[in-house]
Amino acid sequence: MISAPLVIAVSFAYLLVLFAMAYFGDRRAEQGRSIIANSWTYALSMAVYCTAWTYFGSVGRAASDGVWFLPIYLGPTLALALSWLIILKMIRIAKAYRITSIADFIASRYGKSHLLGGLVTIITVIGIIPYIAIQLKAIATGYALLTHDSVDGFRAVHETHWFQDSTLYVALILAVFTILFGARHLDATERHEGMVAAIAFESVVKLVAFLAVGVFVTYGIYNGFGDIFSRIQAHPEYARLLSFEGASTAGYGGWFGMVLLAMFAVIFLPRQFQVTVVENVNEEHLRRAAWLFPLYLLLINIFVLPIAFGGLMHFGVGSVDPDTFVLSLPLSHGMEALALFVFVGGLSAATGMVIVETIAVSTMICNDLVMPWLLRSKRFSRSAHPDLSGLLLVIRRGAILIVVLLGYLYFRLAGEAYALVAIGLMSFAAVAQFAPAMLGGMYWRGGTREGALAGLLAGFGVWVYTLMLPSFAKSGWLDPAFLEHGLFGIELLKPEALFGLQGLDNISHALFWSLAANIGCYVFVSLMRAPSALEASQATLFVDVFKREGATATTLWRGSAEVRDLQQLVARFLGQGKTVRLFREYARQRGYAGINSIPADAGLVHFAETQLAGAIGSASARVMVASVAQEEPLGLDEVMNILDEASQVRAYSHQLEEKSRQLEAATEELRAANEQLKELDRLKDDIMSSVTHELRTPLTAIRALSEMMFEDPEIDLVERKRFLGIIVSETERLTRLVNQVLDLAKIESGHAEWHNTDIDMRELVEHAIDSTRQLFSDCGAELVVSLPEQAPKLLADRDRLHQVLLNLLSNAAKFVPKEGGHVRVELVSDDREVRVEVEDNGPGIAPQFLPYVFEKFRQGGDQRDRPQGTGLGLPISRQIIEHFGGRMWVESPPGRGACFAFALPLNKMRSDSADAEQ
Amino acid sequence: MRRGLARQRLVALFFAAAFLFNYPLLSLFDRSEQVFGLPVLFVYIFGAWASVIALIAWTVGRRKG
Amino acid sequence: MGNKILIADDEQNIVISLEFLMKREGFEVSIAVDGEEAVDRIRSEKPDLVLLDVMMPKKSGFEVCQEVKADPDLAAVKILMLTAKGRDTEVAKGLALGADAYMTKPFSTKELVEKVRSMLAEG
Repeated sequence: MISAPLVIAVSFAYLLVLFAMAYFGDRRAEQGRSIIANSWTYALSMAVYCTAWTYFGSVGRAASDGVWFLPIYLGPTLALALSWLIILKMIRIAKAYRITSIADFIASRYGKSHLLGGLVTIITVIGIIPYIAIQLKAIATGYALLTHDSVDGFRAVHETHWFQDSTLYVALILAVFTILFGARHLDATERHEGMVAAIAFESVVKLVAFLAVGVFVTYGIYNGFGDIFSRIQAHPEYARLLSFEGASTAGYGGWFGMVLLAMFAVIFLPRQFQVTVVENVNEEHLRRAAWLFPLYLLLINIFVLPIAFGGLMHFGVGSVDPDTFVLSLPLSHGMEALALFVFVGGLSAATGMVIVETIAVSTMICNDLVMPWLLRSKRFSRSAHPDLSGLLLVIRRGAILIVVLLGYLYFRLAGEAYALVAIGLMSFAAVAQFAPAMLGGMYWRGGTREGALAGLLAGFGVWVYTLMLPSFAKSGWLDPAFLEHGLFGIELLKPEALFGLQGLDNISHALFWSLAANIGCYVFVSLMRAPSALEASQATLFVDVFKREGATATTLWRGSAEVRDLQQLVARFLGQGKTVRLFREYARQRGYAGINSIPADAGLVHFAETQLAGAIGSASARVMVASVAQEEPLGLDEVMNILDEASQVRAYSHQLEEKSRQLEAATEELRAANEQLKELDRLKDDIMSSVTHELRTPLTAIRALSEMMFEDPEIDLVERKRFLGIIVSETERLTRLVNQVLDLAKIESGHAEWHNTDIDMRELVEHAIDSTRQLFSDCGAELVVSLPEQAPKLLADRDRLHQVLLNLLSNAAKFVPKEGGHVRVELVSDDREVRVEVEDNGPGIAPQFLPYVFEKFRQGGDQRDRPQGTGLGLPISRQIIEHFGGRMWVESPPGRGACFAFALPLNKMRSDSADAEQ
Repeated sequence: MRRGLARQRLVALFFAAAFLFNYPLLSLFDRSEQVFGLPVLFVYIFGAWASVIALIAWTVGRRKG
Repeated sequence: MGNKILIADDEQNIVISLEFLMKREGFEVSIAVDGEEAVDRIRSEKPDLVLLDVMMPKKSGFEVCQEVKADPDLAAVKILMLTAKGRDTEVAKGLALGADAYMTKPFSTKELVEKVRSMLAEG
C-alpha cells in the first residue's frame, strides 16, 4: 500500500509537468519555433489512441480471451498502410477548407448542412461519453488499488458521497487543464501546439511505464517469455487461451469485424481526427507516422500476454480483476515505486484521451450544436453583440466542462456495471458510423445531404438498438426481457441476434447490421435525386482536392459584398486585432497595398468564410457570410459548367504555361544567339571595312603612279625611279597586311600551328634585341637592356614569342623621338611568371585611347602620326600571349611614353601547351 | 508516375496485411506447436505485424519512390 | 587655266601621286596632311577645288566638308571627296554633307582628271 497523499502528490506533480510541457509548447509556437513540427511528435501524439482502456484493459482481455486483444491494434496498422492515400486526403481537405472536426467535415461536404453537423455531434457525444467515463474509472480504480490494503478494497470508492469522491476532482482538474490548453484563445485553425506536445510526452511516459512493468513481470518474476509460456501450458484451465478458436467464441468473422472496427476507429475517433488531421503541421510528417505509430502499438503490446498469463498464474482466476494486473502484480511483489510509475503511465493514458477527446467534442458542440442555434435565435442580432469571440470561448469552455462532467456522471451511474473493453468497443462502433459518409464523401461525388443523414440515422439507430440498449439492459437499467425475447416478443428483433443472425459476438454483430443499414441508406437515398448545386460543388472540392487546390472554390461563388462588412463579421468572432492581422496578411499575399484596396470579390468572400469556418464551423460560416454578402445562387447546371470549364481551363492553362515557358526559354536562347550574331556581324563589318581601307590605301598610290608612268612616257628617269620605289614599298605593305590578316584569322579560329619547345626567355629576348639593333641605331635611340642572370624555361612556340618581341621592339623604335630616343627592355621573373617590359619615351598614348590599343586597325588611337604598320601587330601579339595563358597590357602615364608588357605564367604553361599541341 | 508506384505499393501492402491477419491464413497457425518456446500463433502474428510495419516504412520512406 | 587645287590626305604616297597628277594637268597645287590644316588652307587660300580624303587625323574629311559648306565665304570651293572605304553609306553621307562629288580609292587617274575638269568647268 502506498499512502494516499503520496499518490495524490505524484499525480499532481505529473499533471504540473504536463502543464509545463504544454505551456512551453504554446510559448514556442507563439515564437514561431514549433516543438511539435516534427514527425516524431506527430506519430507520438497519434498514440493518444492507446487510452487507459487499453493500458489496463488489454491485459484484462488477454487474460480472458488470449490473442483477442490484438485486433484493436492490427486495425490501425492496416489503416496507416493506407494513410498516404486516405489520411493525406483528409488533411489536405481540412487545411484547404479550415475544417476542424469530423462533424464539420461531414456537414461541409454535404452542402454545409447544420442538420448533419448536429447529428454527427450528437452521435459523437453519445458514443464518447462512456468512453470518457472509463478513463475516469481507470484512474479511480488505480488510485484505490494503490492506496488500499486489500486489492478488493477499492470497490468501497463508489459507496462514498460524490463530494468525497476524488474522481470528481480528477475530472475537474482535467477539465481545467483542457480549457487552459484547448480553449484559452481562439484559433481559426483550431490547432493546439502545447496540447500536442503534452500528449506526445504522455505517449512516451505510458509506453515506458508499460514496458517497465512488462520487463518486471517477464524477467523479474519469471524467466522470460519462454518460461511464462511453458508454465502456462502446465495449467490445463488456461490452455484454451493459447489457441485462436479456444480463446473466444467470436470466430474468424468476429476477428475480421474487430480489425475493421479498429481500422475505422483510428481514423474517425474524434481525438484521432484531432491529432492526425487538425493538428498536422506538415503533410510530410505522415510518412514517418505511417510506420512509427504502428511500431508504437507493437511495442506496447509485446508484454500484454506475459503480464496477463503471469497475473493469472499468480492470482488465479477470480480473486483479482485482470484489468488491474499491471498494478497488482508489482504491488504484490512489493515494488511500490514501480506500481506508482505504472499508475502514472495509466494516468497519462487516461488524461491524454480525456483532454484531446474533450477538445475535439467541445469544438463540435460549439460549432455544430450551439452556434447554429444561437445564430438562428432572434435575440442574436448583429448590433447587440459586436464582438462574439469572447462568447465563443465561453461556449467552448462550457462544452469542455459539460463533456467531462457528463463522463463523470456516467462513471457514477454505470459504476461497475460493464467491463472496460465492452464500453470502448461500443464507442468504436459508434464512430464507425461516420465511415460511409466520410469515405463516400471523399471519393464519390454522388452522395447527398439526405443520403448522409439517412445513412447516419440508420446506422446510429441500429447501434443504439443492438449495442447501447442491451448494455443498459445488462446494467439493470432496462427490462432485459427484450434482450432475450426480442422487441414486442418478436424473435427476429432480438437485439443481439437481429433477424436471426448468430455466430458473431455482439460487437461484430452490431457493426455488421449498423454498417449495412448505414451504407445501404446512404447509397440508396443519395441515388434518389441528383446532387444540388451546393452539394455538387462541395463534392468536387472534396473529391478533387489534390487536383484543384483552393482556386476552384472562388469560381463557385457569385455575388457582391463589402470589404468592411466582411471584416466586421470576421472580427465579431475572431476579435478585432486578429482580424486586422488576417486581412492585412491576405492583402499582402495578393499584392494589394492595404485592407482598403482589397477588391470585395469572390476570393475575399471565400477567405472570410474560411476564416469563420475555423471558428464556428463551415455551415454557420456560410450562414454568417450570407448575412452580409448578396449571393446570386448558382443553378446546378451552372455549377457543373463551371466545374467542367474550370477543369478544362486548368488543363489547358497548364499546357499553355508549359508551352509558354518552353517558348520563353527558346526565345531567350534565340535572342541571345541573334545578339551574338549581330555583334559578330558588326565586328566582321568593321574588320572588313578596315581591311578594305588598308588594302585600298596602298593600291591607290600604286595604281595612280603606275597609270601615270604608263600613260606619260615623258616622265623623267629620276621621277620614275622615285615612283617605282614607292610602288615597291606599298606592295610590301600590302603583302605584310595580307600575311597578318591570315595569321590573325588562323590564331583566332584555332587553326594556327604551334611548335612548342623549351624556351630560355633570356636568350630569346637577347636574340630579338640583336635582330632589331639596326632599327634602333637608324633612329638614333638608346637601348637599355636589363636581363637576369638566369631565367626560367618556358614551354612555348619560339617563333611566335619572337614575333611578339619584335613587334614590341619595332613599335618602340617607331615612336621614340628623333632626338634623345630612349628604350628600356626588362626581363623579370618570379616563381609564378616571367614578365617582359618594353618602355619608350615617345609621345605615349592618350588615356582615352588606352582601352583600344589592342583592337585591330586602331594603331594607338589618333591617326595623326600613323606609322608604317598594318594595325594588326599588337592584336596578334596579344592573341599569342593569351594563347599561352599569359596577359599583355600597356601603361602610359601622360608625358612619359608608353610601356608595353606581357607576362607568361610558369606553372600553367605545360598543361596548356600540351592541349594546344593536340 | 513514380509517385503512383508508391501508392500502388501501399494499397497492395494493405491487402497483403489484411490477408495475413485474417482467415484462412490465420487458421494455419492456430495449432499447439511452438517455435523458440513460444506458441506459433503469437510468433506468427507478431512476426507478420513487424514485417508489415517494416514494409510500410520502406515504402513511404523512399521519398522519390 | 591656273585653277588652285588643295590636296588633303594623310597618306604620303597618295599625296605624291596626286600632286604630280594635278601639276601635270597644269593646276596650282597646295597640300594639307590633316583635317585642321585642310580647313586652315581652304580659308586662307580659297582653292577652287579640294581633293579631300575622308580618313584623316585631327579632323575627318566629313567634318572639313561640313565646316566649309557652312561658311558662306567658301561657297565657291568645290569639294571632291576621296575615300578608301567604299560603302554606300559613306558616299551618301559625304554627298549629304555637301560634297560636290565623290570617288573611291583606288581611282583611275584619267577619270579623276576628267571629274576635276568637269567640276571646275561647271562653275
